[in-house]
Amino acid sequence: MGEALEIALRLAVVLAAFLVAPLLVGQVEHKAMAHMQGRVGPMYAGGFHGWAQLVADGVKFVQKEDVIPAAADRMVFKIAPAVALVPYLVAMLVIPLGPGLVGQDLDIGLFFVIAVMGVGVIGSLMGGWSSANKFSLLGGIRVAAQLMAYELPFVLAAASVAMAAGTLSLTGIVEAWSPWWLLWQAVAMFVFFVSGLAEVQRPPFDMPVADAEIVFGPYTEYGGLRFALFILAEYAGIVVLSALTAVLFLGGWHGPFEDQLGWLWTLLKTMAVAFVVIWVRVAYPRLREDQLQRLAWQALVPLALLQLAVTAVGVVLIA
Amino acid sequence: MRVPGRGLAKGLAVTLRQMSRRSVTAHYPDAMPELPPRSRGVIALIEENCTSCMLCARECPAWCIYIDSHKDVIPATTEGGKDKTRNVLDRFAIDFSICMYCSICIEACPFDALHWSPEFEYAELDIRELTHEKDRLREWMWTVPAPVALDEHAEPAKEIGVAQKATEKANEKAAEQAAEKAAEPAAEDRP
Repeated sequence: MGEALEIALRLAVVLAAFLVAPLLVGQVEHKAMAHMQGRVGPMYAGGFHGWAQLVADGVKFVQKEDVIPAAADRMVFKIAPAVALVPYLVAMLVIPLGPGLVGQDLDIGLFFVIAVMGVGVIGSLMGGWSSANKFSLLGGIRVAAQLMAYELPFVLAAASVAMAAGTLSLTGIVEAWSPWWLLWQAVAMFVFFVSGLAEVQRPPFDMPVADAEIVFGPYTEYGGLRFALFILAEYAGIVVLSALTAVLFLGGWHGPFEDQLGWLWTLLKTMAVAFVVIWVRVAYPRLREDQLQRLAWQALVPLALLQLAVTAVGVVLIA
Repeated sequence: MRVPGRGLAKGLAVTLRQMSRRSVTAHYPDAMPELPPRSRGVIALIEENCTSCMLCARECPAWCIYIDSHKDVIPATTEGGKDKTRNVLDRFAIDFSICMYCSICIEACPFDALHWSPEFEYAELDIRELTHEKDRLREWMWTVPAPVALDEHAEPAKEIGVAQKATEKANEKAAEQAAEKAAEPAAEDRP
Protein backbone atom coordinates (compact mmCIF):
# COMPACT_ATOMS: atom_id res chain seq x y z
CA MET A 1 0.00 0.00 0.00
CA GLY A 2 2.77 2.39 0.99
CA GLU A 3 4.66 1.59 -2.18
CA ALA A 4 1.60 2.21 -4.35
CA LEU A 5 1.09 5.54 -2.61
CA GLU A 6 4.69 6.51 -3.22
CA ILE A 7 4.44 5.65 -6.89
CA ALA A 8 1.23 7.61 -7.16
CA LEU A 9 2.90 10.57 -5.46
CA ARG A 10 5.92 10.44 -7.76
CA LEU A 11 3.68 10.26 -10.80
CA ALA A 12 1.59 13.16 -9.53
CA VAL A 13 4.70 15.28 -9.00
CA VAL A 14 6.06 14.44 -12.45
CA LEU A 15 2.68 15.25 -14.00
CA ALA A 16 2.53 18.54 -12.13
CA ALA A 17 6.05 19.40 -13.26
CA PHE A 18 5.08 18.42 -16.80
CA LEU A 19 2.12 20.79 -16.73
CA VAL A 20 3.83 23.69 -14.97
CA ALA A 21 7.40 23.73 -16.29
CA PRO A 22 6.52 24.24 -20.00
CA LEU A 23 4.20 27.09 -19.06
CA LEU A 24 6.98 28.62 -17.00
CA VAL A 25 9.38 28.37 -19.92
CA GLY A 26 6.71 29.80 -22.21
CA GLN A 27 6.16 32.75 -19.92
CA VAL A 28 9.88 33.37 -19.61
CA GLU A 29 10.06 33.25 -23.38
CA HIS A 30 7.26 35.80 -23.68
CA LYS A 31 8.94 38.22 -21.32
CA ALA A 32 12.61 37.62 -22.11
CA MET A 33 12.03 37.75 -25.84
CA ALA A 34 9.98 40.91 -25.46
CA HIS A 35 12.68 42.67 -23.47
CA MET A 36 15.39 41.50 -25.86
CA GLN A 37 13.40 43.24 -28.57
CA GLY A 38 12.82 46.38 -26.51
CA ARG A 39 9.20 45.52 -25.76
CA VAL A 40 7.52 44.55 -22.50
CA GLY A 41 5.51 41.50 -23.55
CA PRO A 42 2.16 40.60 -21.98
CA MET A 43 1.22 43.05 -19.23
CA TYR A 44 -2.44 42.55 -18.42
CA ALA A 45 -3.41 38.88 -18.02
CA GLY A 46 -3.46 37.99 -14.33
CA GLY A 47 -2.79 41.55 -13.22
CA PHE A 48 0.92 41.46 -12.47
CA HIS A 49 3.06 41.74 -15.62
CA GLY A 50 0.84 39.33 -17.48
CA TRP A 51 1.87 36.26 -15.50
CA ALA A 52 -1.32 34.41 -16.49
CA GLN A 53 -0.97 35.01 -20.22
CA LEU A 54 -0.44 31.36 -21.06
CA VAL A 55 -3.35 30.32 -18.86
CA ALA A 56 -5.50 32.75 -20.79
CA ASP A 57 -4.13 31.35 -24.05
CA GLY A 58 -5.00 27.87 -22.88
CA VAL A 59 -8.56 28.91 -22.07
CA LYS A 60 -8.84 30.44 -25.51
CA PHE A 61 -7.55 27.31 -27.23
CA VAL A 62 -10.01 25.13 -25.35
CA GLN A 63 -12.93 27.25 -26.50
CA LYS A 64 -12.04 26.92 -30.17
CA GLU A 65 -13.77 24.69 -32.64
CA ASP A 66 -12.18 21.33 -33.32
CA VAL A 67 -11.72 21.27 -37.08
CA ILE A 68 -10.60 18.20 -39.00
CA PRO A 69 -10.00 18.63 -42.74
CA ALA A 70 -12.37 16.61 -44.91
CA ALA A 71 -9.57 14.75 -46.68
CA ALA A 72 -7.57 14.13 -43.52
CA ASP A 73 -6.69 10.71 -42.21
CA ARG A 74 -8.93 11.30 -39.21
CA MET A 75 -7.54 8.75 -36.79
CA VAL A 76 -3.89 9.67 -37.36
CA PHE A 77 -4.77 13.36 -37.39
CA LYS A 78 -6.46 13.07 -34.04
CA ILE A 79 -3.79 11.15 -32.16
CA ALA A 80 -0.80 13.02 -33.61
CA PRO A 81 -0.74 15.71 -30.88
CA ALA A 82 -0.78 13.05 -28.20
CA VAL A 83 2.08 11.20 -29.89
CA ALA A 84 4.01 14.46 -29.93
CA LEU A 85 3.31 15.31 -26.32
CA VAL A 86 3.31 12.09 -24.28
CA PRO A 87 6.93 11.08 -24.98
CA TYR A 88 8.15 14.20 -23.20
CA LEU A 89 6.00 13.33 -20.21
CA VAL A 90 7.54 9.87 -20.19
CA ALA A 91 11.00 11.34 -20.57
CA MET A 92 10.45 13.60 -17.59
CA LEU A 93 9.69 10.54 -15.54
CA VAL A 94 13.30 9.37 -15.60
CA ILE A 95 15.16 12.68 -15.31
CA PRO A 96 16.55 13.00 -11.78
CA LEU A 97 16.33 16.26 -9.83
CA GLY A 98 18.48 15.02 -6.97
CA PRO A 99 19.76 11.72 -5.60
CA GLY A 100 16.60 9.62 -5.31
CA LEU A 101 14.47 12.54 -6.48
CA VAL A 102 13.33 10.94 -9.69
CA GLY A 103 10.07 9.57 -11.02
CA GLN A 104 11.60 6.24 -11.87
CA ASP A 105 15.32 5.57 -11.77
CA LEU A 106 16.18 3.44 -14.80
CA ASP A 107 19.52 1.75 -15.34
CA ILE A 108 19.31 2.63 -19.01
CA GLY A 109 17.82 6.07 -18.36
CA LEU A 110 19.88 7.87 -21.01
CA PHE A 111 19.04 5.28 -23.65
CA PHE A 112 15.38 5.48 -22.68
CA VAL A 113 15.20 9.28 -22.78
CA ILE A 114 16.84 9.53 -26.18
CA ALA A 115 14.64 6.80 -27.63
CA VAL A 116 11.52 8.45 -26.29
CA MET A 117 12.53 11.91 -27.52
CA GLY A 118 12.84 10.43 -30.98
CA VAL A 119 9.24 9.23 -30.74
CA GLY A 120 8.08 12.76 -30.03
CA VAL A 121 9.11 13.81 -33.51
CA ILE A 122 6.89 11.08 -34.97
CA GLY A 123 3.90 13.11 -33.76
CA SER A 124 4.83 16.03 -36.03
CA LEU A 125 5.44 13.59 -38.85
CA MET A 126 2.00 12.05 -38.35
CA GLY A 127 0.38 15.46 -38.26
CA GLY A 128 2.16 16.46 -41.46
CA TRP A 129 1.16 13.29 -43.27
CA SER A 130 -2.44 13.05 -42.16
CA SER A 131 -3.49 16.68 -42.70
CA ALA A 132 -3.96 16.27 -46.46
CA ASN A 133 -2.28 19.60 -47.01
CA LYS A 134 0.80 20.26 -49.08
CA PHE A 135 2.29 22.64 -46.55
CA SER A 136 1.77 20.11 -43.80
CA LEU A 137 3.35 17.41 -45.94
CA LEU A 138 6.36 19.58 -46.77
CA GLY A 139 6.72 20.41 -43.10
CA GLY A 140 6.44 16.76 -42.19
CA ILE A 141 9.15 15.83 -44.66
CA ARG A 142 11.38 18.55 -43.28
CA VAL A 143 10.73 17.19 -39.78
CA ALA A 144 11.79 13.76 -40.97
CA ALA A 145 14.92 15.10 -42.64
CA GLN A 146 15.81 17.06 -39.54
CA LEU A 147 15.26 14.08 -37.28
CA MET A 148 17.45 11.90 -39.49
CA ALA A 149 20.23 14.47 -39.54
CA TYR A 150 20.30 15.50 -35.92
CA GLU A 151 19.48 12.27 -34.13
CA LEU A 152 22.96 10.97 -34.95
CA PRO A 153 25.06 13.76 -33.38
CA PHE A 154 22.54 13.88 -30.53
CA VAL A 155 23.09 10.22 -29.71
CA LEU A 156 26.83 10.40 -30.26
CA ALA A 157 27.17 13.34 -27.88
CA ALA A 158 25.12 11.55 -25.26
CA ALA A 159 27.17 8.42 -25.82
CA SER A 160 30.32 10.39 -25.09
CA VAL A 161 29.15 11.42 -21.65
CA ALA A 162 27.82 7.93 -20.96
CA MET A 163 31.21 6.54 -21.89
CA ALA A 164 32.94 9.00 -19.59
CA ALA A 165 30.69 8.07 -16.70
CA GLY A 166 30.71 4.37 -17.53
CA THR A 167 26.96 4.10 -17.02
CA LEU A 168 23.71 4.76 -18.84
CA SER A 169 21.83 5.64 -15.66
CA LEU A 170 21.17 9.37 -15.47
CA THR A 171 21.64 9.34 -11.71
CA GLY A 172 24.89 7.43 -12.19
CA ILE A 173 26.13 9.96 -14.75
CA VAL A 174 25.50 12.88 -12.40
CA GLU A 175 27.22 11.08 -9.57
CA ALA A 176 30.27 10.37 -11.73
CA TRP A 177 30.38 14.00 -12.93
CA SER A 178 33.07 16.35 -11.75
CA PRO A 179 33.63 20.01 -12.70
CA TRP A 180 36.53 19.41 -15.09
CA TRP A 181 34.13 17.51 -17.33
CA LEU A 182 32.85 20.95 -18.34
CA LEU A 183 36.05 21.26 -20.34
CA TRP A 184 36.46 17.62 -21.25
CA GLN A 185 32.89 17.26 -22.53
CA ALA A 186 32.49 20.83 -23.78
CA VAL A 187 32.26 19.79 -27.42
CA ALA A 188 29.77 17.06 -26.57
CA MET A 189 27.68 19.57 -24.63
CA PHE A 190 27.67 21.95 -27.59
CA VAL A 191 26.75 19.20 -30.04
CA PHE A 192 24.09 17.81 -27.72
CA PHE A 193 22.52 21.20 -27.13
CA VAL A 194 22.51 22.24 -30.76
CA SER A 195 21.17 18.97 -32.08
CA GLY A 196 18.65 18.91 -29.25
CA LEU A 197 17.46 22.34 -30.37
CA ALA A 198 17.06 20.96 -33.86
CA GLU A 199 15.22 17.95 -32.48
CA VAL A 200 12.57 20.04 -30.76
CA GLN A 201 12.47 22.29 -33.85
CA ARG A 202 13.28 25.44 -32.02
CA PRO A 203 14.52 28.48 -33.90
CA PRO A 204 17.05 28.78 -35.52
CA PHE A 205 16.21 25.20 -36.50
CA ASP A 206 12.48 25.76 -37.08
CA MET A 207 12.64 24.99 -40.77
CA PRO A 208 9.75 22.49 -40.46
CA VAL A 209 7.37 25.20 -39.27
CA ALA A 210 8.97 28.08 -41.21
CA ASP A 211 5.90 30.26 -41.17
CA ALA A 212 7.03 32.49 -44.00
CA GLU A 213 7.29 29.59 -46.40
CA ILE A 214 4.96 26.76 -45.43
CA VAL A 215 2.40 28.44 -43.15
CA PHE A 216 3.04 26.39 -40.03
CA GLY A 217 4.43 23.15 -41.38
CA PRO A 218 2.88 20.00 -39.97
CA TYR A 219 0.60 22.04 -37.70
CA THR A 220 -1.01 24.08 -40.47
CA GLU A 221 -4.36 22.31 -40.30
CA TYR A 222 -4.48 22.12 -36.53
CA GLY A 223 -6.46 24.48 -34.36
CA GLY A 224 -7.82 24.76 -30.88
CA LEU A 225 -6.84 22.21 -28.30
CA ARG A 226 -4.87 19.95 -30.64
CA PHE A 227 -2.74 22.88 -31.74
CA ALA A 228 -2.24 23.83 -28.11
CA LEU A 229 -1.01 20.32 -27.41
CA PHE A 230 1.58 20.62 -30.19
CA ILE A 231 2.77 23.91 -28.77
CA LEU A 232 2.84 22.43 -25.29
CA ALA A 233 4.92 19.58 -26.70
CA GLU A 234 7.40 22.10 -28.06
CA TYR A 235 7.83 23.69 -24.66
CA ALA A 236 7.89 20.35 -22.88
CA GLY A 237 10.63 19.48 -25.35
CA ILE A 238 12.58 22.54 -24.26
CA VAL A 239 12.18 21.51 -20.64
CA VAL A 240 13.34 17.96 -21.32
CA LEU A 241 16.26 19.12 -23.46
CA SER A 242 17.32 21.69 -20.85
CA ALA A 243 16.98 19.20 -18.00
CA LEU A 244 18.98 16.62 -19.94
CA THR A 245 21.71 19.11 -20.75
CA ALA A 246 21.83 20.15 -17.11
CA VAL A 247 21.93 16.58 -15.88
CA LEU A 248 24.37 15.18 -18.42
CA PHE A 249 26.80 18.04 -18.88
CA LEU A 250 26.32 20.62 -16.12
CA GLY A 251 26.45 18.26 -13.19
CA GLY A 252 22.80 18.17 -12.17
CA TRP A 253 22.57 18.69 -8.44
CA HIS A 254 26.30 19.32 -7.90
CA GLY A 255 26.89 22.72 -6.36
CA PRO A 256 27.21 24.42 -2.98
CA PHE A 257 24.96 22.88 -0.28
CA GLU A 258 24.12 20.01 -2.59
CA ASP A 259 22.99 17.84 0.31
CA GLN A 260 20.03 20.10 1.06
CA LEU A 261 19.57 22.11 -2.10
CA GLY A 262 20.58 19.63 -4.79
CA TRP A 263 17.17 19.67 -6.47
CA LEU A 264 17.28 23.44 -6.58
CA TRP A 265 20.60 23.33 -8.40
CA THR A 266 19.18 20.98 -11.01
CA LEU A 267 16.18 23.26 -11.50
CA LEU A 268 18.37 26.36 -11.69
CA LYS A 269 20.66 24.81 -14.27
CA THR A 270 17.65 23.62 -16.24
CA MET A 271 16.15 27.09 -16.23
CA ALA A 272 19.49 28.59 -17.25
CA VAL A 273 19.72 26.25 -20.23
CA ALA A 274 16.07 26.96 -21.10
CA PHE A 275 16.93 30.65 -21.05
CA VAL A 276 19.73 30.02 -23.50
CA VAL A 277 17.24 28.20 -25.74
CA ILE A 278 15.06 31.31 -25.73
CA TRP A 279 18.03 33.60 -26.13
CA VAL A 280 19.27 31.72 -29.17
CA ARG A 281 15.80 31.94 -30.67
CA VAL A 282 15.80 35.71 -30.38
CA ALA A 283 19.35 36.22 -31.60
CA TYR A 284 19.55 34.08 -34.72
CA PRO A 285 17.64 33.91 -37.97
CA ARG A 286 16.30 30.61 -39.26
CA LEU A 287 18.73 28.29 -41.02
CA ARG A 288 17.91 27.37 -44.57
CA GLU A 289 17.23 23.69 -45.24
CA ASP A 290 20.61 23.10 -46.91
CA GLN A 291 22.46 25.00 -44.19
CA LEU A 292 20.61 22.91 -41.66
CA GLN A 293 21.71 19.66 -43.25
CA ARG A 294 25.25 20.89 -43.77
CA LEU A 295 25.56 21.90 -40.13
CA ALA A 296 24.47 18.45 -39.02
CA TRP A 297 26.54 16.31 -41.36
CA GLN A 298 29.60 18.48 -41.88
CA ALA A 299 29.99 20.01 -38.43
CA LEU A 300 28.11 18.26 -35.67
CA VAL A 301 28.69 14.63 -36.65
CA PRO A 302 32.48 15.03 -37.09
CA LEU A 303 32.64 17.04 -33.86
CA ALA A 304 30.72 14.37 -32.01
CA LEU A 305 32.98 11.64 -33.37
CA LEU A 306 36.02 13.68 -32.38
CA GLN A 307 34.59 14.09 -28.91
CA LEU A 308 34.00 10.35 -28.70
CA ALA A 309 37.67 9.77 -29.48
CA VAL A 310 38.75 12.36 -26.91
CA THR A 311 36.47 10.80 -24.34
CA ALA A 312 37.82 7.35 -25.10
CA VAL A 313 41.38 8.55 -24.63
CA GLY A 314 40.41 10.27 -21.41
CA VAL A 315 38.67 7.19 -20.05
CA VAL A 316 41.67 5.02 -20.84
CA LEU A 317 44.06 7.53 -19.25
CA ILE A 318 42.01 7.79 -16.06
CA ALA A 319 41.46 4.05 -15.71
CA MET B 1 42.42 37.12 -37.49
CA ARG B 2 38.72 36.50 -37.28
CA VAL B 3 37.69 34.08 -34.61
CA PRO B 4 35.09 31.66 -35.94
CA GLY B 5 31.74 32.13 -34.24
CA ARG B 6 32.49 35.75 -33.44
CA GLY B 7 29.41 36.89 -35.28
CA LEU B 8 27.27 34.42 -33.38
CA ALA B 9 28.60 35.66 -30.06
CA LYS B 10 27.99 39.23 -31.16
CA GLY B 11 24.38 38.38 -31.90
CA LEU B 12 23.90 36.96 -28.43
CA ALA B 13 25.59 39.99 -26.87
CA VAL B 14 23.34 42.39 -28.75
CA THR B 15 20.15 40.72 -27.57
CA LEU B 16 21.39 40.47 -23.99
CA ARG B 17 22.38 44.11 -23.95
CA GLN B 18 19.00 45.06 -25.33
CA MET B 19 17.33 43.04 -22.57
CA SER B 20 19.18 45.00 -19.90
CA ARG B 21 17.95 48.29 -21.34
CA ARG B 22 14.61 49.86 -20.68
CA SER B 23 11.97 48.85 -23.16
CA VAL B 24 10.62 51.54 -25.43
CA THR B 25 7.01 50.45 -25.21
CA ALA B 26 4.52 53.30 -24.75
CA HIS B 27 2.09 52.19 -22.07
CA TYR B 28 -0.59 54.25 -23.67
CA PRO B 29 -3.90 53.60 -21.91
CA ASP B 30 -2.05 53.40 -18.57
CA ALA B 31 0.22 56.36 -19.22
CA MET B 32 -0.58 59.21 -21.56
CA PRO B 33 1.92 59.77 -24.36
CA GLU B 34 4.09 62.84 -24.29
CA LEU B 35 3.07 64.51 -27.51
CA PRO B 36 4.94 67.34 -29.18
CA PRO B 37 3.27 70.63 -28.24
CA ARG B 38 1.97 71.32 -31.75
CA SER B 39 0.55 67.82 -32.36
CA ARG B 40 -2.31 67.65 -34.80
CA GLY B 41 -4.82 65.88 -32.63
CA VAL B 42 -8.10 67.50 -33.39
CA ILE B 43 -9.30 70.78 -34.87
CA ALA B 44 -10.84 73.13 -32.34
CA LEU B 45 -13.05 76.07 -33.14
CA ILE B 46 -13.51 79.44 -31.46
CA GLU B 47 -17.06 80.07 -32.47
CA GLU B 48 -16.85 83.74 -31.51
CA ASN B 49 -14.10 84.37 -34.04
CA CYS B 50 -15.88 82.66 -36.89
CA THR B 51 -17.55 84.92 -39.44
CA SER B 52 -18.89 82.01 -41.52
CA CYS B 53 -16.79 83.26 -44.40
CA MET B 54 -16.58 79.67 -45.71
CA LEU B 55 -12.90 79.99 -46.60
CA CYS B 56 -12.00 76.91 -44.61
CA ALA B 57 -14.78 74.84 -46.11
CA ARG B 58 -13.75 75.87 -49.60
CA GLU B 59 -10.05 75.24 -49.06
CA CYS B 60 -10.60 71.85 -47.47
CA PRO B 61 -9.29 69.26 -49.97
CA ALA B 62 -11.45 66.55 -48.42
CA TRP B 63 -14.62 68.62 -48.19
CA CYS B 64 -15.12 67.63 -44.60
CA ILE B 65 -16.22 70.97 -43.14
CA TYR B 66 -19.92 71.77 -43.05
CA ILE B 67 -21.02 75.34 -42.39
CA ASP B 68 -24.57 76.72 -42.21
CA SER B 69 -25.23 80.34 -41.43
CA HIS B 70 -27.82 83.05 -41.84
CA LYS B 71 -27.73 86.81 -41.83
CA ASP B 72 -29.06 88.69 -38.84
CA VAL B 73 -30.22 92.25 -39.26
CA ILE B 74 -29.00 94.66 -36.63
CA PRO B 75 -31.34 97.65 -36.64
CA ALA B 76 -29.70 101.01 -37.08
CA THR B 77 -28.75 102.68 -33.84
CA THR B 78 -29.41 106.18 -35.10
CA GLU B 79 -32.66 107.22 -36.65
CA GLY B 80 -32.64 107.14 -40.40
CA GLY B 81 -29.43 105.14 -40.33
CA LYS B 82 -28.75 102.02 -42.28
CA ASP B 83 -29.51 98.59 -40.82
CA LYS B 84 -26.44 96.45 -40.41
CA THR B 85 -26.25 92.73 -41.20
CA ARG B 86 -24.18 90.18 -39.42
CA ASN B 87 -23.43 86.54 -40.20
CA VAL B 88 -24.63 84.13 -37.56
CA LEU B 89 -23.16 80.64 -37.46
CA ASP B 90 -25.84 77.94 -37.31
CA ARG B 91 -23.77 74.90 -37.83
CA PHE B 92 -20.04 74.25 -37.97
CA ALA B 93 -19.11 70.58 -38.19
CA ILE B 94 -15.98 68.70 -39.17
CA ASP B 95 -16.23 65.10 -40.30
CA PHE B 96 -13.10 63.58 -38.81
CA SER B 97 -13.68 60.36 -40.70
CA ILE B 98 -12.83 62.28 -43.88
CA CYS B 99 -10.45 64.89 -42.49
CA MET B 100 -6.85 64.20 -43.43
CA TYR B 101 -5.33 66.54 -40.87
CA CYS B 102 -3.65 68.62 -43.58
CA SER B 103 -4.05 71.84 -41.57
CA ILE B 104 -5.10 73.84 -44.63
CA CYS B 105 -8.34 75.05 -42.99
CA ILE B 106 -6.40 76.35 -40.02
CA GLU B 107 -4.01 78.22 -42.27
CA ALA B 108 -6.84 79.52 -44.41
CA CYS B 109 -8.86 80.97 -41.54
CA PRO B 110 -8.29 84.76 -41.55
CA PHE B 111 -9.78 85.21 -38.09
CA ASP B 112 -7.91 82.54 -36.11
CA ALA B 113 -11.09 80.65 -35.40
CA LEU B 114 -9.53 77.23 -36.01
CA HIS B 115 -6.70 75.76 -33.98
CA TRP B 116 -4.93 72.48 -33.51
CA SER B 117 -5.50 70.75 -30.21
CA PRO B 118 -3.28 67.82 -29.19
CA GLU B 119 -6.35 65.96 -27.90
CA PHE B 120 -6.65 62.67 -29.79
CA GLU B 121 -9.03 60.46 -27.86
CA TYR B 122 -12.25 60.93 -29.78
CA ALA B 123 -12.69 57.50 -31.31
CA GLU B 124 -16.25 56.39 -31.93
CA LEU B 125 -17.83 53.01 -32.56
CA ASP B 126 -19.75 54.32 -35.56
CA ILE B 127 -18.08 56.24 -38.35
CA ARG B 128 -21.07 58.56 -38.60
CA GLU B 129 -20.48 59.77 -35.07
CA LEU B 130 -17.11 61.17 -36.06
CA THR B 131 -18.80 64.29 -37.43
CA HIS B 132 -18.34 66.67 -34.55
CA GLU B 133 -20.49 69.75 -34.20
CA LYS B 134 -19.47 73.23 -33.14
CA ASP B 135 -20.16 72.81 -29.43
CA ARG B 136 -17.79 69.84 -29.30
CA LEU B 137 -15.23 71.73 -31.36
CA ARG B 138 -15.58 74.68 -29.00
CA GLU B 139 -14.90 72.44 -26.00
CA TRP B 140 -11.66 71.30 -27.58
CA MET B 141 -10.56 74.92 -27.73
CA TRP B 142 -9.76 74.70 -24.01
CA THR B 143 -7.13 72.08 -24.73
CA VAL B 144 -5.27 74.17 -27.30
CA PRO B 145 -1.85 75.09 -25.94
CA ALA B 146 -0.93 78.73 -25.62
CA PRO B 147 0.85 80.23 -28.64
CA VAL B 148 4.60 80.28 -28.70
CA ALA B 149 6.04 83.13 -26.67
CA LEU B 150 7.30 86.13 -28.63
CA ASP B 151 10.98 86.93 -28.88
CA GLU B 152 12.39 89.43 -26.45
CA HIS B 153 11.72 93.08 -27.42
CA ALA B 154 9.41 91.93 -30.14
CA GLU B 155 6.49 94.06 -31.12
CA PRO B 156 3.41 92.83 -29.26
CA ALA B 157 0.78 91.12 -31.34
CA LYS B 158 -1.73 93.37 -33.07
CA GLU B 159 -4.65 91.73 -31.30
CA ILE B 160 -3.23 92.67 -27.95
CA GLY B 161 -2.93 96.33 -28.95
CA VAL B 162 -6.47 96.28 -30.29
CA ALA B 163 -7.81 94.65 -27.19
CA GLN B 164 -5.95 97.10 -24.96
CA LYS B 165 -7.32 100.05 -26.89
CA ALA B 166 -10.80 98.60 -26.66
CA THR B 167 -10.59 98.16 -22.92
CA GLU B 168 -9.15 101.65 -22.50
CA LYS B 169 -11.98 103.08 -24.54
CA ALA B 170 -14.52 101.15 -22.52
CA ASN B 171 -12.95 102.34 -19.29
CA GLU B 172 -12.97 105.95 -20.47
CA LYS B 173 -16.59 105.71 -21.50
CA ALA B 174 -17.51 104.21 -18.13
CA ALA B 175 -15.65 106.97 -16.34
CA GLU B 176 -17.35 109.62 -18.48
CA GLN B 177 -20.72 108.13 -17.76
CA ALA B 178 -19.96 108.04 -14.05
CA ALA B 179 -18.86 111.68 -14.19
CA GLU B 180 -22.01 112.62 -16.10
CA LYS B 181 -24.14 110.89 -13.51
CA ALA B 182 -22.34 112.71 -10.72
CA ALA B 183 -22.84 116.02 -12.56
CA GLU B 184 -26.51 115.39 -13.28
CA PRO B 185 -27.98 117.21 -10.27
CA ALA B 186 -25.99 120.30 -11.22
CA ALA B 187 -27.24 120.15 -14.79
CA GLU B 188 -30.86 120.63 -13.66
CA ASP B 189 -30.25 124.33 -13.23
CA ARG B 190 -29.39 124.80 -16.83
CA PRO B 191 -31.98 126.16 -19.11
